[in-house]
Amino acid sequence: MPTKRHRVLDAADIDRALRRIAHEIVERERGVDDLVILGIPTRGVPLARRIAAAIAEIEGTDVPLGSLDVGLYRDDLDARPRVALGPTEIPVPLDGRRVVLVDDVLYTGRTIRAALDALADLGRPARVRLAVLVDRGHRELPIRPDHVGKNLPTAPTERVTVHLEEIDGEDAVYVEEPA
Amino acid sequence: MKSFLDSEQLDRPTLERLLDDADRFREVLERPIAKVPTLRGKTVATLFFEPSTRTRLSFERAAKALSADTMSFSPGTSSLSKGESLKDTVQTIAAMGADLLVVRHRSVGAPARVAAWTGLPVVNGGDGAHQHPTQGLLDALTIRRALGRVEGLRVAIVGDIAHSRVARSGVFTLATLGAQVVLVAPRTLLPVSVEGWPCEVTTDFDEVLETLDVVYLLRVQTERGGATVFPSVREYLRRYGMTRQRFARLGPDAVVLHPGPMNRGVEIEAAVADDPRALVLEQVTNGVAARMSVLYHLLGSPEHA
Repeated sequence: MPTKRHRVLDAADIDRALRRIAHEIVERERGVDDLVILGIPTRGVPLARRIAAAIAEIEGTDVPLGSLDVGLYRDDLDARPRVALGPTEIPVPLDGRRVVLVDDVLYTGRTIRAALDALADLGRPARVRLAVLVDRGHRELPIRPDHVGKNLPTAPTERVTVHLEEIDGEDAVYVEEPA
Repeated sequence: MKSFLDSEQLDRPTLERLLDDADRFREVLERPIAKVPTLRGKTVATLFFEPSTRTRLSFERAAKALSADTMSFSPGTSSLSKGESLKDTVQTIAAMGADLLVVRHRSVGAPARVAAWTGLPVVNGGDGAHQHPTQGLLDALTIRRALGRVEGLRVAIVGDIAHSRVARSGVFTLATLGAQVVLVAPRTLLPVSVEGWPCEVTTDFDEVLETLDVVYLLRVQTERGGATVFPSVREYLRRYGMTRQRFARLGPDAVVLHPGPMNRGVEIEAAVADDPRALVLEQVTNGVAARMSVLYHLLGSPEHA
């Protein structure tokens, strides 16, 4: 079945977007004390690692980095083909910390709802913010991102695919339209 | 996977998927709040027609850590003592709204019959001397977590093979994952069917001892007629027990497993049972994680929806 696929971000675009997000985080949080960066598997994890590396470059200090899987908190367990569970690695106790969640694509908001539930079971952060590489719209819940790499208006029938070097062998964001 | 009835039914990718997810559930069990909402609204019924405390508790803990509700049944307090048939009993419990049944029964094949009668997913919690598939899974998980892999390891299962569903499930699970399994037992404690199993067989423990990565000691099951072929406990320990002397001859990374409850001084000497390389308590914790993985796969999969 032929689909039309165009690349909307290339490697340089992704790199610039993540560096900008890193600067925004540092500026908005006024430093990085008490900050923890948690990537949502799968592709949120390498994105979180890159943002943490950029922050380390800017501030000269390492920020605790971890991952937060939401598979056990989803509300649609019966309805979708099950994907393997991802790792949850919380590097420091979250109580009183400022947490930045990182994901690749923000769409309905249900993944982030699940992530917030998961976080609540793991501790009580002072504040939680959300950074995403792509916001494609079509929210089903009252959730908004704090840091966005690229706002990408899409039709619900389109698919947004993020490819990352660490997983897919290249850095790119594609939009696929049904034929 | 609709039900989990025997260890032979699973191919290697499915087993590895269950183990990978069980690793995630181990992490959940170590959290300050060791509970996730995944199976909220589901009900797991544990039907143990044969006495068992630890396996039933392990399944209940697994279900509760996934936020499922549990119902339990034991024959002493039930209508079975009033003459109700097994079929009527399980259909009654299914009609109360259970989503999954865990069944232990002394008759081989009873869990499969229950699955056919009720149409519900069933986990075999042990049927006669046949199968105990979640035990096989938790043992594989324990070995993989301790030694980093199962593939290529030499695993001895020692003792009363003939009366042991643990041995049977262990052999098939570990062989599917690529381990070399060797059964160590006197001829009289080997089942007749053993020639078709994917493993080696020897009667001489000391001959293979130094080649082993894992020693799995079976419990001497006096209640199933095991060990009666031995004149004494001392004789069993001498030929097939894990003594301190044998333990010292194992490789430095080799580990010892036992399904519990242990008969200290029969199949395992107390000093070995208390060594950090005896992973008995690790097996217990992994049992909860492995059963969480099975419940998650059976109740969370699309074909069940």
